[in-house]
Amino acid sequence: MSDDFNPSRRGALQCLAFGGAGTLFTLSGGILTPVALAQDAMKKASGIPLFLQISDTHIGFNKQANPDVAGTLKQTIELVNAMKTRPALTIHTGDITHLSRAAEFDTANQLMMDLRAGELHIVPGEHDVTDGTGTEYFARFGKASDNRGYYSFDHQGVHFIGLVNVMNFKPNGLGAFGADQLAWLKDDLAARSSSTPIVVFAHMPMWTILESWGWGTGDAEEALSYLRRFGSVTVLNGHIHQIIQKVEGNITFHTARSTAYPQPEAGIGDGPGPLTVPADRLKHMLGITSIRLLRHHLSLSDTSLV
Amino acid sequence: MRSVKNLIAYPVAMFLFIASAAAADSNTIIIKKFMFNPMDVTVPAGANVTWKNDDGEPHTVVSLTGDFRSQALDEKDKFSHQFSAPGTYKYICSIHPKMVGTITVMAK
Repeated sequence: MSDDFNPSRRGALQCLAFGGAGTLFTLSGGILTPVALAQDAMKKASGIPLFLQISDTHIGFNKQANPDVAGTLKQTIELVNAMKTRPALTIHTGDITHLSRAAEFDTANQLMMDLRAGELHIVPGEHDVTDGTGTEYFARFGKASDNRGYYSFDHQGVHFIGLVNVMNFKPNGLGAFGADQLAWLKDDLAARSSSTPIVVFAHMPMWTILESWGWGTGDAEEALSYLRRFGSVTVLNGHIHQIIQKVEGNITFHTARSTAYPQPEAGIGDGPGPLTVPADRLKHMLGITSIRLLRHHLSLSDTSLV
Repeated sequence: MRSVKNLIAYPVAMFLFIASAAAADSNTIIIKKFMFNPMDVTVPAGANVTWKNDDGEPHTVVSLTGDFRSQALDEKDKFSHQFSAPGTYKYICSIHPKMVGTITVMAK
């Protein structure tokens, strides 16, 4: 860990959205501001990476939209590994695999082992648990959560909460947390001071982007009701393979790009499937999210990552 | 002339009859554009129903009562289930729960 990474330093949490390589946010005074930048802008961004979000790697996908998802994941990993200061954590917001197959999980694990970006935290996507019980997923990643899938931890004064909203879907339904998980969340937050910065991560968006495509979480409102008293809440999701952001009071919602393939904009086309774009466009539509801790937001352009 | 027409019409009609009987026998449901087509299928007890995914996105066939469950079906993958007991079987795609279907099994 870098000497610069000083948790006691009084600074804003900053994240900043990247266009090409991925997404980086600025979280300042509880408000997360996205900035679209070109891929090489990452090299110029200042601050200390706090954590990295990777999403929707879809290992096993091999169709026209991207015949080499392992290749684009490798490229993503190389990009992260080239960062001068490494993030202490990596969060994968699900759809690690395309079809929940053991071999796909094995390939993903093998590739992710090369990621030099700290401790790995994972929540499942619906593609990871297509067998209903998530046997392959939990065999690999169940330990952190005592096989519940959802769990929390603290890092650098930030409280991180990983949630699962991709199991037990109901007909015509959206994503769901379910009563047990909501009760756990309420309890997990109960004793925490409202000044604790909160980062919530789950696969499916925690606000309804498009009901008819299942882009939302039916009981998210209950979860958000426990989160509203906090001064800074950042909700990170994947699932829709594109960046969409919303700010509601102190809560900022953001979806990350996939490292595998893009999806259409909400409601355009037959459904939320892979979107084939010209080869030269593809890598502009794939990426990661990195969240950085800055001394203060003015230092944004002063520190180089690479 | 009439007899010639009949000679042609009869085999055509026979062919159509056989073709539709074959289609009914195979009871294939095509998954396309995030829909089960047809959504509602009625079969006699003992019939085999096959689902085929024609979408580039994977889908599953999951009974709401736990009677049957496919693995994730990639493009062109198929799943079959034999329905022995009469009844109404509702199912969804567990990846896209907006996709719903019903199999009605009639007593023989």
